[in-house]
Order: sequence, then C-alpha cells, then structure tokens
Amino acid sequence: MNAPNTFPNTFKAQPDERGHFGQFGGRYVAETLMPLILDLEREYRAAKADPAFAAQFDDLMEHYVGRPSPLYHAERLSAAVREGAEPGMGAQVWFKRDELNHTGAHKINNCIGQILLAIRMGKTRIIAETGAGQHGVATAAVCARFGLPCVIYMGAKDVARQQPNVFRMKLLGAEVRPVTSGAQTLSDAMNEGLRDWVANVHDTFYIIGTAAGPHPYPELVRDFQSIIGREARAQLLDRTGKLPDLLVAAIGGGSNAIGLFHPFLDDPSVGMLGVEAAGHGLEGSEHAASLAGGFPGVLHGNKTYLLQDEDGQIAEGHSISAGLDYPGIGPEHAWLRDIGRVEYTNATDVEALDAFQLLCRTEGIIPALEPAHAIAAVAKRARTMRDDQIILANLCGRGDKDIFTVADALGVAI
Amino acid sequence: MSPRLAAAFAKDRPALVTFVTAGDPTPDATGAILDALVAGGADVIELGMPFTDPMADGPAIQAANIRSLAAGTRTADILSIAAAFRARHPDVPLVLMGYANPMLRRGPDWFAEAAAAAGVDGVICVDIPPEEDDALGPELRARGIDPIRLATPTTDAARLPQVLDGASGFLYYVSVAGITGLQQAAQGSIDQAVARLKATTDLPVAVGFGVRTPEQAAAIGAVADGVVVGSAIVELVAQHGADAPAAVRTYVQSLSEAIASSRKVIR
Repeated sequence: MNAPNTFPNTFKAQPDERGHFGQFGGRYVAETLMPLILDLEREYRAAKADPAFAAQFDDLMEHYVGRPSPLYHAERLSAAVREGAEPGMGAQVWFKRDELNHTGAHKINNCIGQILLAIRMGKTRIIAETGAGQHGVATAAVCARFGLPCVIYMGAKDVARQQPNVFRMKLLGAEVRPVTSGAQTLSDAMNEGLRDWVANVHDTFYIIGTAAGPHPYPELVRDFQSIIGREARAQLLDRTGKLPDLLVAAIGGGSNAIGLFHPFLDDPSVGMLGVEAAGHGLEGSEHAASLAGGFPGVLHGNKTYLLQDEDGQIAEGHSISAGLDYPGIGPEHAWLRDIGRVEYTNATDVEALDAFQLLCRTEGIIPALEPAHAIAAVAKRARTMRDDQIILANLCGRGDKDIFTVADALGVAI
Repeated sequence: MSPRLAAAFAKDRPALVTFVTAGDPTPDATGAILDALVAGGADVIELGMPFTDPMADGPAIQAANIRSLAAGTRTADILSIAAAFRARHPDVPLVLMGYANPMLRRGPDWFAEAAAAAGVDGVICVDIPPEEDDALGPELRARGIDPIRLATPTTDAARLPQVLDGASGFLYYVSVAGITGLQQAAQGSIDQAVARLKATTDLPVAVGFGVRTPEQAAAIGAVADGVVVGSAIVELVAQHGADAPAAVRTYVQSLSEAIASSRKVIR
C-alpha cells in the first residue's frame, strides 16, 4: 500500500488518452469493433462539451428518473449496529437512496446517458447484457421511452432466478434472449452481447451496464453514474456541514461504487470501502471477489483483476446476488485498489442475507441483495468508528426482485 | 517475416490456411488431425488456443473450445502439440490463434519464449488490436514471431495504415463483420476489399470467415494470396471425434485442389 505522501495530486485524471487506468483498462477488442469504439469516444467527447446534451440528461434525470434521490439518515440501523460497541463507538449510517430511482436501481442513470449517445450517433437498435436484470429493465425502459428496438442477453441461469425482471423487460417491449453457453450467467451474456454487436455494428449500440468493457465505456459509465456521488456530497454537506468519513458500496462490475466514490476521490479525509461478493467464502472457488481472489488479465475488452486459473481460463463466479456474479471488476477499481486509495473487502451470501433482513426490520426498507453486501460491511465497520463519524453507503437497488431468492435461501415457500 | 510463412505464400498458387482448435477432441488426438491437414494440402496451420470466453467465435468454434477444455487441455499441452508438429513437419508454418488472456497469463515474455521454443511462426491474438500492441507485440517480434493482424470490413482507409504498422507474416482479412463460421461475404465485396488491401501493403492477404465449399475457396483464391478455412473443419472434428483425420484429409484435399486449379485458370 502506498503511503499517503506518494499519492498523485488528483485521482480524477484517469484514464489516459488510451483508456488506461495505470496498467488496467484499455481497448482489447476485435478489429471489427475498434472503429466503432473510436467513433464512440469521439462522440462522447463531443457530447461532454455540448451543453444541450447535459441539459437533456439533467432533464430526464429529474423528471423521468426522479433525481435527486434522497439522502437518508438510518437512525434505527445506526442504533442497532451500535449495540455491543464500546462506549462512544458506532458511526452514524446514512444511505444514498438510489433504490428509489425509476426502475429500482442506479442502472437507469447510465442507461439514460448511453441512449442519448446512441441517438446522437444515429444508431437505431439497442443491445445490452444483464445479470440480475436491473440493467436489462433500465435499458428496456429507456428503449421504450425513445422508441428503439431492444435485445437483452441474459444467462439462462439468471433468467430462471430473476423471472420478475424477465417479465418486466418483456412488458417494456424488449426481446430477452437466454444465453445457454458457459456458466449461463452475466459473463456469458456479455460474450453474447459482443457477438451480436460485432455482427451488427452498422446500426447497433451496445449499452454496457457496468463501468467495465473497452474504453471509453468505463469512463463514460463512471461519468454518468457520478451523479450519485455529486448529489450525495452536496446533500451531506448541506445537512451536516461535514464530509463523510467512509463511503461504502457493493461491487460486481463496480458502477454504483465508482459513481459514489469518484466525486470524493480528491477529498483526503474521506475513506472508501468497496464490498465484493464472497459467496460461500473466499477459501473455496464459490465466490465472485475478483480483487480478493483474482489476478490481472484481459476479458471483455479491458485489463483488470479476473477470477481465473493459472492458464488464464476464466473461472465461474458465484454469488447469491446475480448482479455481483461476475468474474471481473471495472478497471478503475483495479487501479484504485493497487494505488491504495480505496479499500476493498467482501461479504458472504450468509452475511448479505443477515444484512438484508436487518435493514428490513430496522428501517422498513427492502434492499436488493447487491447493496445488502454493502450493508453487511457497514454493520461491521460502524462498530469500529466513533459515534460522531459518518458512514455514507449507496443503497443502489431495491429488493422486490430478490424476494423469491431470499425466501428460498431462508427455507420459506411463497 | 518467418521464412516458413514467406515460403508458403511464395508458391505458384494461393496458400490454403486451415484452422483447428488444439485439444479438440483431446490433446492426444490433435497431432493426427494436424497431420491430416498437411496431407490434404494445407500450406499454413492455425492452431487455436481454447479459451473459456471466445467472444469472437460462432457456435462451431465455441463448442470446440468447450470440448477441448473439458478434455483437460492446458497451455502446456498446446505448446507440446506445437513442438511435436514442428518436429514432424520442419517446413510447414504454424500459427497460434486465440485470445489475450491465456497468452498473457504468465507474462508476454514467457509466452513469446515458449512459442518460439515450440517452433511457432506467427501469433494471431483476436483481442489485441494495434492500439494495445505493446501488450505482446514487442516480445513476439524480439523472437522472430510474426504478430499477424486482422483487417475487417469496418477497417476503413484512414485506419488501415495503423493496422499495417507492425503487422507481419500475412494480413488476415476477416471478410464479414461478425463471428466465425456463420455467414459468407458476397464475392464482389471480397474482390474489392482484397484489391484495396493489396494496393496498400506488400504483405500476403489471406481471406477467411464463412468459407466452406471448394467453389468458395477457389473464387477467393482467384483474388487473394490465401484462403482461411476454420469452422467447416472444426465441424468435421465434432462429427468424427478421434476418427476425424480421414474426413479432414479428404475435405482439405478438395479445398486444396479447387484453389490450385482456380488460380491456374485465372492466370
């Protein structure tokens, strides 16, 4: 870990002009896609400099998505995690309520940005991959909103365990294509999305759901999702006059986490904790913690930490949360981990289930299983912090979609 | 350029470039299939390195990757297959084709050194475009291995020089924007594309993706320096398993004869 005095002047200057975050990121794609990736980068630079683009994005965020999302002081949860802590210990827990967004998660922020880019580029067909189905639902929603046909690739295993979201996507007019190759989960859905894209580059835009993939996706997804951190920073300063002491967010690919973290990266007093899915535990292979249990490699267009064997074959991740069940992680997280600016930990399926129920009972909020991993880490960490300190966690999705999975895990028939 | 690749493209007919996946159906069975390619008249052998996530490949080669990995194929097996091939066929060029992650897992130096030791002449890495050349290209060149680049229907005139900069061995023209083994491009579009490429580079141009019949191979051979056939051979391996060599040899011979006669007529 680097000492603080070796940190650069800013952590916000990444990626470089080739899309590299340190040694990570880049554009590892087939030649067929390269010209399109370069077009996308040009178009994104133009859009970023265009006040009309920002105005349209902001308008949709306010009136379609329902932003700004609230910042909420979870007092009963704070009290619950303070029980058993030493006197004077037990931080205040605050949530950024991105589960209240239209379609139920942070995913819609990115989908709005990308579909506006697709329209700028004259593309007439949208494809996307999805794991838990939240990105698929958000993509289907914006496609309906803008009248573009939409194909969603989803691993057949995820189709089976996320039926409510499959039906939502269909109601919204999307075609859901189950993917039966490989482990039949998110990674395979992404392979199939790339195969579709390479065959339909002339008219198709690929809305990638997380801050990963070839440059410029990690950068543009981060930028669209950074609305989370910008709002949260202003809201907390307004309410408490302070910056948070610790940010916490769950990480699959890492888009909600980078969206929360990025606007705070240059605030040295703000600690950051990313929470990977430890599945059945890190000692076996049944987990999805690519930072804790992986090695740098190249997959899906970028270099990052990957779960893989010693020959570079990609391992199948496991998590009770379909949205975290991915063998890689966004390249900016890989970089932030290596330079030591962000700390990464993990939570098991069991810990996430406990935290899921804890939030239900203490705050009357049913979280998605993805942020339940973050809440598990919050509960542990809060006890080690003073009671005047503030933890700000991203409640990035709501749990309606997960009630069947949770019931099954708890042995309840519904 | 590798002397073996140079010689293969200097013959008085277009080169027949054939692809199979290493370790399909088993590591032990691949050697005899490679021998059948040579016996059938293949001029260049592409040996596919299996990968769990072959995102540029269609169903036939995806299935071959799965069969190979299920049979326990390791990187060490692929290198052994290559080295044994080199020992049996000192003059036939051998190209490794695959994805970045298995090539880079132990570091680019390790991979380039191991490939050179196994007698490999060229490497095609599907997901290392010119923009990421420094991930593997310098290490290959330092050992005399040709990094073979791909050009596609989306590679326009403005981009082509960048693709050619650092390319060696031959230029692989992927004739359809898509994945391996599914559609075939219209012959007219191939003719135009090859003419455009050959006006820009002295490298031999080999054309692949979707080539299945001797007639297609002959038509492409009439304009290009090489014809690449992959999925159709891989499907024969899927159908015949360890008994594939006889069928592979017969099929490759039909391609080879068609290519040879077509060029004589055109010339």
